[in-house]
Amino acid sequence: MLTITNLTANAGGKPILKGISLTVNAGEVHAIMGPNGSGKSTLAQVIAGHPGYEVTGGSVTYEGQDLLELEAEVRAQQGIFLAFQYPVEIPGVSNAYFLRAAYNEVRKAHGEDEVDPLEFLDIMAKKLKVVEMDEAMLQRSVNAGFSGGEKKRNEILQMAVLEPKLAVLDETDSGLDIDALRIVAEGVNKLKRPDNATIVVTHYQRLLNYIVPDFVHVLAQGRIVRSGGKELALELEERGYDWLLEPAGASA
Amino acid sequence: MTAHSNYRELFEAATHGVAKDWLPSLKIAAIEQFEAIGFPTTRDEDWHFTSVTPIAERIFRPVRSSGTSLTSDDVARFTYGQEAWHLLVFVNGRYEPSLSSFAELDAEAQVMTFSEALKEAPELLAERLGTLAPSTQAFTALNTAFMADGVVIRVPKDVVIETPIHILHLTDAHANGASLHPRTLMIAERGARMVLVETFATVGGGAYFTNHVAEVVVGAQARVDHYKVQREGGEAFHVGTTQATQERDSIYHAFSFATGAQLSRTNVYSRLLGENAEVRLNGLYALEEAQHGDHQTYVEHIAPACSSREVYKGILDGTSHGVFNGKVFVHPEAQQTDGKQTNKALLLSEGARVDTKPQLEIFADDVKCTHGATVGRLDEMAQFYMKSRGIGADRTRALLTYAFAAEVLELIELEPLKAALEGLLFERFIPPETA
Ligand SMILES: Nc1ncnc2c1ncn2[C@@H]1O[C@H](COP(=O)(O)OP(=O)(O)O)[C@@H](O)[C@H]1O
Ligand SMILES: [Mg+2]
Repeated sequence: MLTITNLTANAGGKPILKGISLTVNAGEVHAIMGPNGSGKSTLAQVIAGHPGYEVTGGSVTYEGQDLLELEAEVRAQQGIFLAFQYPVEIPGVSNAYFLRAAYNEVRKAHGEDEVDPLEFLDIMAKKLKVVEMDEAMLQRSVNAGFSGGEKKRNEILQMAVLEPKLAVLDETDSGLDIDALRIVAEGVNKLKRPDNATIVVTHYQRLLNYIVPDFVHVLAQGRIVRSGGKELALELEERGYDWLLEPAGASA
Repeated sequence: MTAHSNYRELFEAATHGVAKDWLPSLKIAAIEQFEAIGFPTTRDEDWHFTSVTPIAERIFRPVRSSGTSLTSDDVARFTYGQEAWHLLVFVNGRYEPSLSSFAELDAEAQVMTFSEALKEAPELLAERLGTLAPSTQAFTALNTAFMADGVVIRVPKDVVIETPIHILHLTDAHANGASLHPRTLMIAERGARMVLVETFATVGGGAYFTNHVAEVVVGAQARVDHYKVQREGGEAFHVGTTQATQERDSIYHAFSFATGAQLSRTNVYSRLLGENAEVRLNGLYALEEAQHGDHQTYVEHIAPACSSREVYKGILDGTSHGVFNGKVFVHPEAQQTDGKQTNKALLLSEGARVDTKPQLEIFADDVKCTHGATVGRLDEMAQFYMKSRGIGADRTRALLTYAFAAEVLELIELEPLKAALEGLLFERFIPPETA
């Protein structure tokens, strides 16, 4: 589904990703772990198509196409979804309007008819249950004044509405209490299908108790320094990251 | 011959015969004052960012033709779907009874055209007209000299008029090259309440010039909600001055919505004469292409313990130029003044420009006055967030622009008007869903 080969990228003119290779197939769950500042969000944003990150080398192929050629909105219409580490507040745009606009854009891209506000309310009633959110949130502005937990749940709600093929969850667990974490993780698990894939970015093992990964990768200093099965997450939990990091100037 | 001296000739022609009974001394004084001061220039502090040369260098004549080709269908486009409202329609500055609809008002309340008022309440006109809005301002002087028709509203003590009164100023093709000087005089006596909507729009009027003046007396404990919607044609010129005075415990809410005219200037002024009065001046303007739109507010805190609240927002696209100048003057006696002003502009293009100048002049010591002005562009993070959900660039831009405006539209308490203006903005900024 997704093949990343030797990807390098800059943020603010500085090289951040220094040669990432990663293959994700339908039905798989990949976890990307690593210390703060290692480039996890940068990778997630590059996949989503943030214009502020400059790809300097390598390639990303998604469903047989050159992903880097596509505008962010086209990527989304074709099934890529990023749950933001820091969801953005949009005062003045209601969640209901926002969600319906996004839903209809994706439908349009698939040659399907748009749904009207009433039909959409029916659809939303089901989706809200996935994340145990109240209907009242639909009338509120997107993320405006939401608590940290509400924002993260709203990301998963959007994911439930858009039903992506490839979901990238960037630290969706951070700042969540244990109940919210369970709701979010169960939401993600309910959306799991054999034909979609998930990349879970986190720096705690905690979330992986709920969303069990097939593969775990450690991203450090812009490179994947170790890949393994779900047991790698437990090892990291015990030993931390230091044993995987290159001392400055030395080579492994 | 200077640009403005043409107006004397026009004045002589206009007042000859027809207007003999038209408060002649007021009008003569006004044209004399206009001749003395002339059009403002950018050297005048209040006109620093707005040149009225395009108005001054043309000669706009009074409209010649009478009668109109406009139909009730034309009118219906501008009535916000509200058939129950009292509706007074003016076409090219003249009252059109056939297009107006007027339900029974409360027994003693009066709504009259100027010609009716001259017959029915001449003392009211003589006593009030021109006392609030003095001819020391050039455009007001011009209006007073040339006003030919208008509306006089008097709501007596403790009378509440629930149904909004809508004065709709329309122009048609006959207005091309003409000047219109409509006038509004509104008096809400002690404890009275009313809602007034004034709309300026066109059905193909070309390059005409509307120069409107409204005088609003808000008596003690009275409340007036005053909405102005300026949707003049793209070639038109619009200058409008609203001058209110407020007695104690009164509330005056003026909302200005402006999207029209190639060059416009909208003044909204209130003088707080009695203690504990409250004024709210809000507005939204949206300019595109080469439009120039200037808003000036002036709140004069004369009595103690009054409050003023202002929120103005502007959306500027193309090479448009917006100006906002919000003045608050606090007299030495006006202790416990509470003033707050916010002014925000959103620039959608590289070529758009806004000049904004809050001006606080405070001569009392126990006051709370704040102002904030911001000029910004669409939030990049929000744009990417929306795109990452599949929403295209144009629609993202439109939605965020609309969202910027929505906050100030929320301040409109007249629900059908709010819905209609939201609809107008939606049409303007949001491309149709089906491509
Ligand atoms: N827009 C940006 N401009 C400049 N530096 C950035 C930008 N985004 C990220 N960085 C830098 O890139 C590095 C990796 O950041 P990030 O991808 O957010 O790490 P992680 O998500 O792994 O914590 C950090 O040093 C961060 O400061
Ligand atoms: Mg991060």
